[in-house]
Amino acid sequence: MKLFKIRGGVHPHDNKHLAAGQAIEDLPMPALLHIPLQQHIGAPAKPAVRRGQQVAKGDLLAFSQGVISAPVHAPTSGRVMGVGSYPAHHASGLSVRTVTLKPDGEDRWSDEIQGVSDPFALTPEEIATRVAAAGIVGMGGATFPSAVKLNLRTRYRLHTLVINGAECEPYLTCDDRLMREHAEEVIDGVRIMAHALGVERIIVAIENNKPEAQAAVALAASVDPRIRVARLPTRYPMGSEKHLVQALTGRETPARGLTADIGVVVHNGATAFAVHEALRFGRPLVSRIVTVSGGAVSRPRNLRVPIGARVQDLLEYCGGFTEQPAQLISGGPMMGQPLPSTRVPMVKGSNGVLALTGAEAAGHEPMPCIRCATCVQACPCGLVPLDMAAHTRAGDLDGAVSLGLMDCIGCGSCAYVCPAHIPLVQYFNYAKGEMAARGRAKQKMTETKRLAEQRTARMEAIKQAKREAMAKRKREAAAKKAAETAAADAATMTSGAAAEPTATTAEA
Amino acid sequence: MQIETAPSSAGPFAHARTSIQRTMSLVMLALLPATLFGFWQFGWPAIFLFFATLSTAVLAEAVCLRIAGKPQRQYLLDGSALLAGWILAVSLPPWAPWWIGAIGALLAVVVAKQVFGGLGQNLFNPAMVARVALLISFPLEMTNYVQPMPLFSADAPGFLQSVGISLGQPGFDAVSGATLLSHVRTELSQGLTLTEILPDMGYLFSGAVGTIAGSMGETSALLILLGGLFLLVKRVITWHTPVAMIGSLAILATLMNLYDPEHYAGALYHVVSGATLLVAFFIATDPVTSPVSKTGQIIFGAGCGVLVYVIRTWAGYPEGVAFAILLMNACTPMIDHYVRPRVYGRDRRGTPIEYADNAEMRK
Repeated sequence: MKLFKIRGGVHPHDNKHLAAGQAIEDLPMPALLHIPLQQHIGAPAKPAVRRGQQVAKGDLLAFSQGVISAPVHAPTSGRVMGVGSYPAHHASGLSVRTVTLKPDGEDRWSDEIQGVSDPFALTPEEIATRVAAAGIVGMGGATFPSAVKLNLRTRYRLHTLVINGAECEPYLTCDDRLMREHAEEVIDGVRIMAHALGVERIIVAIENNKPEAQAAVALAASVDPRIRVARLPTRYPMGSEKHLVQALTGRETPARGLTADIGVVVHNGATAFAVHEALRFGRPLVSRIVTVSGGAVSRPRNLRVPIGARVQDLLEYCGGFTEQPAQLISGGPMMGQPLPSTRVPMVKGSNGVLALTGAEAAGHEPMPCIRCATCVQACPCGLVPLDMAAHTRAGDLDGAVSLGLMDCIGCGSCAYVCPAHIPLVQYFNYAKGEMAARGRAKQKMTETKRLAEQRTARMEAIKQAKREAMAKRKREAAAKKAAETAAADAATMTSGAAAEPTATTAEA
Repeated sequence: MQIETAPSSAGPFAHARTSIQRTMSLVMLALLPATLFGFWQFGWPAIFLFFATLSTAVLAEAVCLRIAGKPQRQYLLDGSALLAGWILAVSLPPWAPWWIGAIGALLAVVVAKQVFGGLGQNLFNPAMVARVALLISFPLEMTNYVQPMPLFSADAPGFLQSVGISLGQPGFDAVSGATLLSHVRTELSQGLTLTEILPDMGYLFSGAVGTIAGSMGETSALLILLGGLFLLVKRVITWHTPVAMIGSLAILATLMNLYDPEHYAGALYHVVSGATLLVAFFIATDPVTSPVSKTGQIIFGAGCGVLVYVIRTWAGYPEGVAFAILLMNACTPMIDHYVRPRVYGRDRRGTPIEYADNAEMRK
């Protein structure tokens, strides 16, 4: 199909050969699973189990809380050891609420798990409800609750579902393997999502460095004439949602908007697979495919990993390290997060664990910017990274924002090509974080001010009421006194004869 | 097997094989053919001048870095001082005494670069600042050109004679020769027409090959072009600046030539003569002092081309590239302020794009 040009981008060495040839294997069940309750964007899930409770695979561990949230299920059968804090799968290394589960080795599905024989007979609402109940989140790494995206049809006029199989991050091959080995299941999930969204076009977009996946998906997609397979040129960041949509439709998503604004919804291939599992078999999202790769890993693999397995369990299964890695990353090398430790558990959004050697991680001492504008050419968003970084460095964050900081998608193309090795993304992340903190502080201040003003108004109203009551009493007292004086005067004037009517007046 | 890595900065954790050092080395590599040709054409005095300029540049850089308290090794190895000296050297008259090169290098590195804050901070191109300052301060030495006398040829000065030339001692009887630009300019001012001054097209050939009087590395248009194409292929530079500069110069020259062919030379004359190509590919593309956006680079290049033509044709100097570059360098911050790429999802004014029909797809 016809593709449109996107701006900028880079061509990193994809290094996919390390793991692309490895078929998906099941990770042996670890001795303990640590299942965080916050694995998605939105409110953390609320625990539904107690310490010591026996659960079956797929049982609910924690409820979804609020509109944007997702429930968490037991990845295997076993006993809940406790609900406590455990280091999160996050660069900060901070702890989050986590359910610790001791597998009993039976890996027994819950009896209540039941699929639907014909998902296409369900209404879109019913599909979205089931997807929400299965705890499915965007599995490309964004971890936005998928059901919320399926419900976009109520607010936008949608015409196209795009399945993002670009997998443009170097090293990662989990989506590639999934599409190769489970193309039919993925396509089934895609069709169910298309039914839920009510769209007339479906495009599965796969980069040209995955010809096997393209062929497998094209074959599986032949069951449905609405589905087209787009063969994308290999270029980073082709998998960026907004740029992918532009490459496919020729339209840019309006700034600060969603792709739904131009009628397109994008889901990841692994999410489609999870939807298939949830609808056909009633299985919630309890495992995912993860690429374990990098020059420091003995045997790079693609593993089916229960949620809650520790990074260490994966690395041990892959034979450990050949050398001490210089950098341990969750996700791809371009946008992945550094992992603080191998103790942290795998979550729904973690698509890769990379252990990079010093040569691969390419850390260099930064030099001054020579304004070579390579970053300007590489930026897929049309920004001028060198100016934004200079403003950030000088502490002028408002200046950086006016240059388009908030339009930056953080893809790292600029930092990748910078000959001076300036950590541009670090500058931008710092500035974005600082701006967010300022926004929160500002909101807090306005809220405090509002409450203080309300309180003042309330106190003022009470005072006013008191004053009025006082004034009223005073007036009454004065009126009474005046009446009494008047009566007394009248009494003196009529001298006794009019005493009776005066008494009547006083009574009144 | 448990590793605890130190808190790290954000990604990416991969990097293209680029560095400032690599960029500078590629530019020097691109300059090499024209420079070697210059050595051969103008012999030992040119070689002495070249090394005097480069060594002074590096020495001055080292001293400045020491005073500024910057790591010397890291910054000296980036190659920027060496390159600034190199570009200055190839733009000097080849038989100029050694101290012209040395003073030029001091002006370039100390005054034009380090005083502004060092690498990446200078507003004006160091080599061009030095060239203009030398031209104004030492007009005699800076306009004293010689005809090529290839190394080891019969007329060429020997090694010891060359040392004398470099030290500025009179003695060797050189065939001094005006550059094409100053020759044509002088003759035009005498009231001659172009047909009388340049009876055949031979000057184009000698200008392209480089067998004419001129600056050390500027004479051979073809070798400079070769180096420029190498930089384009290696993506060290983009086509925008050189094409805009050569294009605007050529268009203006062609128009004036059509208007009065006897007094205004054509496009090819302007392109092959003087420093046009050297400037277009190596100096106007200096990243530090030129705009960062593509449109900005086109404006910058076109401005350089127009100014070069205007100065060569109507102003007081036969060659105007250095002035043109400095004037446009001064415009760079303004160009960068007003000319920016369009941000994704926004129109040119910066407001988010709106579509008449959101669901419509482009065909």
